[in-house]
Amino acid sequence: MTAAPATPIEILLVEDNPGDVRLTREALKDAKVRNNLHVAMDGVEALAFLRKQGKYGAAVRPDLILLDLNLPRKNGREVLEEVKKDPVLQHIPIVILTTSQAEQDVLESYRLRANAYVTKPVDLDQFLKVVSSIEEFWLEIVKLSRP
Amino acid sequence: MSRDPRTTPIDVLLIEDDANDVELTLHALGGAKLRNHVHIARDGAEALDHLQRHVPDLILLDLNLPKVNGREVLERIKNDERLRHIPVVVVTSSQAEEDVAKSYRLNANAYVMKPIDPAVFLKAVNAIGAFWLEIVKLP
Repeated sequence: MTAAPATPIEILLVEDNPGDVRLTREALKDAKVRNNLHVAMDGVEALAFLRKQGKYGAAVRPDLILLDLNLPRKNGREVLEEVKKDPVLQHIPIVILTTSQAEQDVLESYRLRANAYVTKPVDLDQFLKVVSSIEEFWLEIVKLSRP
Repeated sequence: MSRDPRTTPIDVLLIEDDANDVELTLHALGGAKLRNHVHIARDGAEALDHLQRHVPDLILLDLNLPKVNGREVLERIKNDERLRHIPVVVVTSSQAEEDVAKSYRLNANAYVMKPIDPAVFLKAVNAIGAFWLEIVKLP
């Protein structure tokens, strides 16, 4: 669609469920657009990665963040809020990827400036389909801000 | 706000002054699996006026618009307590990195560049429909 970027798209997946991490990795492996997937298993780790703190001193700045809401140590809402308040990070699109279908979570996430809210299907094939469609839209169609 | 897409069509506001682009967008969204209703505003002032009376589920916004430009429309939407939760997808011919970065800073939910080739444009709008109408949970 838009010219394929010369450098791969860097994606940060913030997810504590190893099964979901594995499935997401699998779905993104088949993507048309080259990408690197980085994984943070909880909210504290995600923010350390984004701010290049501690062991993440050499971390790349992601072009896209996939964020679960229910996370250990620091939940997804707090991560979302902190990223969108940070002038250095706020331009990075965040797609919420969660099992919660609660209207309250949806509305609150959009108010906290989530770029999109997607519910995780329980069914395996459906889950792969959802990740593929996130990939198709955000990697192939959207123009990401890559300063 | 809470809407059952099986019974109520998704309410889309398309803010676009180019008649051809409107035509193509309507065609693409007409093919989406979920029922939707598209209201068209031909300039920024008309869009803001419509938004005073209606709260759509999704907004597709061109940046270069007569009267009130798209950047200002975006800013007004995202600073309005009543409207700021509505996803706004910027669809524009501008490739300027400054427009991209600024749109995201103004809280555009996504930025899509309009391809010049109508067939490619159609594909892009199809993809917008496939993601925002079928995959995303709208507020």
